[in-house]
Amino acid sequence: MNLKLKIWRQKDAHDKGRFEEYHVENVSEGSSFLEMLDILNNNLIHEGKEPIAFDHDCREGICGMCSLFIDGRAHGPDDDVTTCQLHMRKFKDGDTITIEPWRSKAFPVIKDLVVDRSAYDKILQAGGYVSVNTGGVPDANAIPIPKKNADESMDAAACIGCGACVATCKNGSAMLFVAARVSSLALLPQGKVEAARRAKAMVAKMDELGFGGCTNTGACEAECPKGISIAHIARLNREFLCAKLKD
Amino acid sequence: MSILDSKIPEGPLAQKWSKHKADIKVVSPANKRKLDVIVVGTGLAGASAAASLGELGYNVKVFCISDSPRRAHSIAAQGGINAAKNYQNDNDSVYRLFYDTIKGGDYRAREANVYRLAEVSNSIIDQCVAQGVPFARDYGGLLDNRSFGGAQVSRTFYARGQTGQQLLLGAYAALNRQIKKGSVKSYPRHEMLDVVLIDGKARGIITRNLVTGEIERHGAHAVLICSGGYGNVFFLSTNAMNSNGSAAWQCYKKGAMFANPCFTQIHPTCIPKHGEQQSKLTLMSESLRNDGRIWVPKKKEDVEAVRSGAKKPSQIPEEDRDYYLERRYPAFGNLVPRDVASRAAKERCDAGFGVNETGLAVFLDFSTAIARLGKEVIAQRYGNLFQMYEKIVDVNPYEEPMMIYPAVHYTMGGIWVDYNLMTTIPGLYALGEANFSDHGANRLGASALMQGLADGYFVIPYTLGDYLSHDIQTPKIDTNHPAFAEAEKAVLDKINKLFSINGKRSVDDLHKALGNIMWEYVGMARTKESLEKAIVEIQKLRKEFWTNVRVPGKEGEFNQEIEKALRVADFMEMGELMARDALNRNESCGGHFREEFQTPEGEALRDDDHYAYVAVWEYKGPDQEPELHKEELRFDTVHLAQRNYKD
Amino acid sequence: MSKLWSSSIGKKLVMSLSGLFLLVFLLVHLVANLFFYGGPDAYNAMCEFMDTNPFIRIMVPVLAAGFIIHIAWATAITLKNQTARPVKYKVQDLSKSSAWESRNMYVLGIIVLGILAWHLSDFWAHMQLQHFIGGQAVASPYELLVQTFANPVISVLYIVWIIALWFHLRHGFWSAFQTIGLDNQIWIKRWKCAAKVYAFIVAAGFISIPVAVLLIKCFGK
Repeated sequence: MNLKLKIWRQKDAHDKGRFEEYHVENVSEGSSFLEMLDILNNNLIHEGKEPIAFDHDCREGICGMCSLFIDGRAHGPDDDVTTCQLHMRKFKDGDTITIEPWRSKAFPVIKDLVVDRSAYDKILQAGGYVSVNTGGVPDANAIPIPKKNADESMDAAACIGCGACVATCKNGSAMLFVAARVSSLALLPQGKVEAARRAKAMVAKMDELGFGGCTNTGACEAECPKGISIAHIARLNREFLCAKLKD
Repeated sequence: MSILDSKIPEGPLAQKWSKHKADIKVVSPANKRKLDVIVVGTGLAGASAAASLGELGYNVKVFCISDSPRRAHSIAAQGGINAAKNYQNDNDSVYRLFYDTIKGGDYRAREANVYRLAEVSNSIIDQCVAQGVPFARDYGGLLDNRSFGGAQVSRTFYARGQTGQQLLLGAYAALNRQIKKGSVKSYPRHEMLDVVLIDGKARGIITRNLVTGEIERHGAHAVLICSGGYGNVFFLSTNAMNSNGSAAWQCYKKGAMFANPCFTQIHPTCIPKHGEQQSKLTLMSESLRNDGRIWVPKKKEDVEAVRSGAKKPSQIPEEDRDYYLERRYPAFGNLVPRDVASRAAKERCDAGFGVNETGLAVFLDFSTAIARLGKEVIAQRYGNLFQMYEKIVDVNPYEEPMMIYPAVHYTMGGIWVDYNLMTTIPGLYALGEANFSDHGANRLGASALMQGLADGYFVIPYTLGDYLSHDIQTPKIDTNHPAFAEAEKAVLDKINKLFSINGKRSVDDLHKALGNIMWEYVGMARTKESLEKAIVEIQKLRKEFWTNVRVPGKEGEFNQEIEKALRVADFMEMGELMARDALNRNESCGGHFREEFQTPEGEALRDDDHYAYVAVWEYKGPDQEPELHKEELRFDTVHLAQRNYKD
Repeated sequence: MSKLWSSSIGKKLVMSLSGLFLLVFLLVHLVANLFFYGGPDAYNAMCEFMDTNPFIRIMVPVLAAGFIIHIAWATAITLKNQTARPVKYKVQDLSKSSAWESRNMYVLGIIVLGILAWHLSDFWAHMQLQHFIGGQAVASPYELLVQTFANPVISVLYIVWIIALWFHLRHGFWSAFQTIGLDNQIWIKRWKCAAKVYAFIVAAGFISIPVAVLLIKCFGK
């Protein structure tokens, strides 16, 4: 198939950036979206032009490195996939595809389609952990955990930290990301111990970094490649409010 | 004594680690604060090591090439992690885990290392649970286990199909806690380009800031390489696109010896290549072989009909199907180990029975299982994998069989390390897949996660202290030392050289060409001739690389092409060493299969009399043949035997 | 409670609590309106009760405060959220990922507020307000209502207003519970369903009155 691409090009963080048009030909339907970009980049290199910078790594939908806002949607038109798992058969021959980086104050563009998501690391550094040192922990089976809780904790822990929730949210809110971590740990006895402290610290950091607030549109859940439920945001709200009320 | 001192402690196998821990020195808290440690890589090994060392009080700097430590490719491990907990009461034990791992590795790993691995495996599970890793549980609230290839007990702990992700997030969380405390400083989007030696000891690294292109110097009292494997030599593999062997390779070129480079694991259940535009292969969990049956058509005309689309695979009658694994290995059937299953698939495809357009695919069929258990049970067991397959291939595996083909997955070889995980360069350590130590010639499923975390959580915090206890008088490493300037200059020269070539072929083109040579001649089945040819071809290609590569852009900026070029430049050298090692090893064992050395039934034929050693290669300079050293493997506890999966 | 009110979740809590309060008010108001179907005597008696009952009289300023807080916080939150994406997308398609009303709560709120002003001046100013300021309330609120809604322009405007309110409530109702944390994977479906039921009852109840007036006007009793 042959495609027309409108791609955001931006030299660096200070550049204003603009869209540029490209044509890519003979893409097989079985190719992934990123393989299509590989082909384009290879062509650009042979033409002596600079290839398009985009983040990617595992190409299996688990590392969370790939991003891309494709035709107005985070990770493109397919549901429950990351961009690396999006395949060209979801498009038609002759289509024009618009590709933009994640856009958020908290995720500044580094180059072209690459953004800086270190804000996520900072939020997790603020408290997204259980304070245990290596060694000196009880036997793994010492504390039984109801299967339901373990399963729900796993649902939230499936977050890959890709940033699609922020990218798609009309408010640029990181609530689903923060909620996934807070909820996952709050559901386990190991994480419950410092759940209040964690919720407060992570929300404070999130607010500080320039993310917007949650207005419960649910777009994050719909575009999350791992389908993480906004019910976890309710748990975060609960954890946070209870913690604050006790202060 | 050979140049290689493995420092394996004396005494009975089961007591070696305890005795060693008692014998080695420790560093006082006050002194730890004065010591700097560099950790390169943030996968399971790197993140767990950096976090644990930070907790102990060392000043740790941790580097990764991704935008966050959490992206490391450990995250993609699906199946699970082994431990000898014996929670299932199926007579598992540290010894049994040790024995299975040694045997699975086709008797090419060190007994003492593997025993220690099995010994600390239980602590890993305890640690991860304490960190809040949501392992699968039963209704009683206790941990669940599943079975995996190469074992007769149920000892694999798992978190759905995302065990690697959950373990890595646990280690990453521990790392984040230390970053917040200030004991660890994180350098994401930084790539190590060289290791710096002062007076023969590792004293720092040279890095490139991938955002700004700046070349930076970092000094430390010890350097830990946790940068994973080098499977991307093959271009197409299940490794992440950015996984590379360059950090390890710089260590090799600075004098750290490289062990068993030819031991590569080819995983049998990957989604086949769809065409020349492919840049990455996707793994489907080994667990699928529990219920799937592998076959190809018996008749060539059916093969043609399937390839052209004239016939659907489900239309081929039962009697015209060749369930070749069940035919060849009646006892184990579709559950033979990875290396055996991979070779059998290649054999059928080479004979012209491959079932897709490229002729490189076999069927993995669930129709029998669906008929026996019902679609619902199959959906419960493999629903997410089936969905993933359908997303990628656009075929519904409930109706038509999956197509699979083997792909490069893991490298058992790596930097040679002693019992303390120290390389042949003092102060330079290698952990996880980057080292060679625990898997011999073939790694069992669910053991990679175990090894990475064992090294990082429970081995290096002890053994590094022993080394650093002799270094407490050494002040902060001065990065103005001439050794840093020299290393930095070499790195800059290399980068400038790559930009200046301005040839006609892209880095990816040349990488693909290398991959083709590797897969064709150093792949699943190797011969003396193929390996000799590979060495010549790689040398030719390397020459072309250095005269005809085109790296667009310029130095001093975010530039993914120069990143790739630097890595592929190293792959061009690594591939040759792999071929040399494979050529030297005149036997077949585990993932290394030499066609000349097989039993009359076509199975791997080991030569324990001549090759029960670790092949350790020493770098001798550019375009010089490396020198081979041998570390003899002593098997005091297990009895060496031929693996048999037929009856 | 340090910094609760300045946090993003704290601000949303204000929206949630004031919204829940307004939801209760709407129900009371609806019940009052439905006295219309009891005829002039019933309706006028209800109005008299509403205008003079001391509890209701106390609640009027509280209600006003509830409105003001809800509007003020909504404005502040909306302005703040606008800053989180300084460079907008060229193409953005949210239609597949979220409900229209959830993305347009502020716009819906402005529509509701705009017509609310007219509503207050048209009805409330002639009725309850007069009791507060010691003026002369209309003799028969029922007559005022019938006369006003007999004008089709006013009735249509009123219906548009209630439709905007309807959409606002469809999201606002369940969102309020989500924000205070009274939600989980099971209840999220229940709250969303309850929101639709509540919004429908309120909207249908309010709209039925101008429709009834117009029908009576067209077809007689």
